Amino acid sequence: MTTENQNSAGMKPEKSPGFFDRIWNFFASIRLTVALLLTLAGTSIIGTLVPQNEDPASYFKAYGEFLYRLFYALDIFDMYRSWWFQFLLLMLVLNILVCSADRLISTGKIIFAKKPKYSLSRFQKRPDAKTFTAPAPPENLLDPFDKIVASKFGYRRVEKTENGYTIFAEKGRKSRLGVYVVHLSVLLLLAGGLTGSFFGFEGYVNIPEGDTVSQIRLRNTNQPLDLPFSVRCDDFSVSFYNTGAPEEFRSTLTIFENENPVFTEDIIVNDPLRYRGINLFQSSYGEMRSRDADSEEVVINFTSVESGMSYTRKMKIRETIDMPEGQGTFKLDRFIPSYTFMDMMNLGQVFIGVLTPAEAAKPVEVILPVQHPDFDKMIVRRGLRQGNFFISVGDVQKRYYTGLQVTKDPGVPLVYLGFLVMIGGIFITFLMSHQQVCVSVEGMGKEKNSRVLVSGFADRNRLGMTRKVEDLHAQLVEAAQKTA
Amino acid sequence: MYNSLILSIVTFIYGLAAVFYIGAWIFKKDSVGKAATITTIIAVIGNTIGIGLRWVESYQIGFGRAPLTNLYESLVFFALCIAVVYLYIEYRYKNRTIGAFATPIAFLAMAYASLSPDISDRIQPLIPALKSNWLIAHVITCFLGYAGFAVAFGTSLMYLFKKRDAEEKSPLLSRLPALSVIDDLTHRMVMFGFLFLTIGIITGAVWANSAWGSYWSWDPKETWSLITWFIYATLLHARLMRGWHGNRIAYISVVGFMAVLFTYFGVNLLPGLHSYGQ
Repeated sequence: MTTENQNSAGMKPEKSPGFFDRIWNFFASIRLTVALLLTLAGTSIIGTLVPQNEDPASYFKAYGEFLYRLFYALDIFDMYRSWWFQFLLLMLVLNILVCSADRLISTGKIIFAKKPKYSLSRFQKRPDAKTFTAPAPPENLLDPFDKIVASKFGYRRVEKTENGYTIFAEKGRKSRLGVYVVHLSVLLLLAGGLTGSFFGFEGYVNIPEGDTVSQIRLRNTNQPLDLPFSVRCDDFSVSFYNTGAPEEFRSTLTIFENENPVFTEDIIVNDPLRYRGINLFQSSYGEMRSRDADSEEVVINFTSVESGMSYTRKMKIRETIDMPEGQGTFKLDRFIPSYTFMDMMNLGQVFIGVLTPAEAAKPVEVILPVQHPDFDKMIVRRGLRQGNFFISVGDVQKRYYTGLQVTKDPGVPLVYLGFLVMIGGIFITFLMSHQQVCVSVEGMGKEKNSRVLVSGFADRNRLGMTRKVEDLHAQLVEAAQKTA
Repeated sequence: MYNSLILSIVTFIYGLAAVFYIGAWIFKKDSVGKAATITTIIAVIGNTIGIGLRWVESYQIGFGRAPLTNLYESLVFFALCIAVVYLYIEYRYKNRTIGAFATPIAFLAMAYASLSPDISDRIQPLIPALKSNWLIAHVITCFLGYAGFAVAFGTSLMYLFKKRDAEEKSPLLSRLPALSVIDDLTHRMVMFGFLFLTIGIITGAVWANSAWGSYWSWDPKETWSLITWFIYATLLHARLMRGWHGNRIAYISVVGFMAVLFTYFGVNLLPGLHSYGQ
């Protein structure tokens, strides 16, 4: 199968190719396109096998010294931003530009012709041209034939010939531009990507609940970057399904400009906050190691062993209060983020209290694990500690931090435009074609019959066009019969 | 869970359809061919009901979401896409031999989903990253694309088999459509797949930009979908600009489908953002 436009390279001037021409022809070649596409495909695999942008030490450990040095020299650890990958993309851009320009020069005249040119002999010579004899003179056939052709093709023209006429018709001439539209879209995407990498950034920041930040860190370099505004995390919450899988991460953020709150908005995954071209995305979260435990109020529950009567007190670390029912004093002594009980059981976060009973007995330490409120009850029941009260820590407000991805990418509008243009261009290229037909009707002298030739071709989807010509042929035969 | 029961039965109906198509091709029995078509239509209806029921049941459990979120559901949907695309081709080309190459792929996808011990058919709630309106558009377009490439893979194999028997000695191969028809069909299916893969990658990129703040992260699945795109782009350029056809196009189409399979399954072996597809 050959293509109508395949010989465009051959249409260039025949004089001996100069330096410029040789470069032009190099970039105008489809071979280069195929080579570049396959090289891009092949090299892209590397970056999926070697994890990108990780810690050098872990690479060194995984690959050993020799491979590490080799990969490092070839930028394999950040290959999609490497000079050689960017070079391949640059070559692709030049290839697309030169190829498109080269072809537009030769096909532009066809595409933008005000009065399309037709060559009757080209239609006649086609092996799939169909002919039949109509039992009516040419002039009687013009109206019915023209009507049928008009129902299928947008543009048509009747030209007189010696013994009759020829109807030329076509549609979809502009669809030849589809490929250029697709190529333009690729350039838009790359331009958008370039814009983003020059004028945008990608960073992250962790904000503890209640805190305000105006500085983030860039993702790849870890450099700090000041935002033109500041963000406070008012609240973070996470909810879970019964299965234990997370259901929703939600942060309430307030934006400040020069210390003045501008607005407050909740963000969840898939629903970011956008302000002054900067986007804040919910990306992770974590629990604060209670560095502020000193200043926080803790709820302590005292439950009487005898009556089951329960008392609740709020207190801070190092505060001492009187026990209920005049049973001495209780001091909330300290907080331990991770506590191992009798060298055996890790209880996690615990508060240590000191209980001084009323009857001049010795003070005892009381262990109050945050996660296990019944711990002290067990201790007292087993007689490991004397006392009239079980003591436990009530709900300790967990303090979370929210992890935000912070990005700015002024290239996005270009990229999105590229997306739309690409889908449109591919639709045009794949679903439409430039179809041309000719119906030539010649009188056959005295017999009052006509010889009819139906022929057509398209720049794409040739089998479909053959079928279309067959349809047209059948309809014309039927119409000719009716006319007679 | 009625949906997984129905879908397991559908697996066997696809198997039966494949057996009928192959039987009709080998024994040249038109009645068997008709049975094959009817069986496939039943399988498609069952497949659709299974997916619909899964949607309904997810609401009954209390966290309604589209049934397109994990490997099991994607395989089931993949099988449906292949069968629907194939039935359309059978209708247009009036040739059932293609069914002997297409329905086995649908059957294998379903069998893998239903029988593999690594794939859970339980309805799990959506994790936050997947809660997006882009989910449905992204998954449907991607799998329509994959289905187009799967059928192109089938027709490419047909072409390569038939081409080896140039003297038409084998009556089996002579019953396949003419080489030029198969070649054209491969090209059309690749165009179909390419269009939808393009839209699939684009919807994925737009979604990624709204979920993670970056439309392209060179995550392995993204990269492999781009590799697949490059391979089929090569095929289309070679064909439209250099007039390649026949064996060479068939080979590129087979390689392209290998890339599709790796994008779909192989990437799960690599670390990355698309880990919920496992």
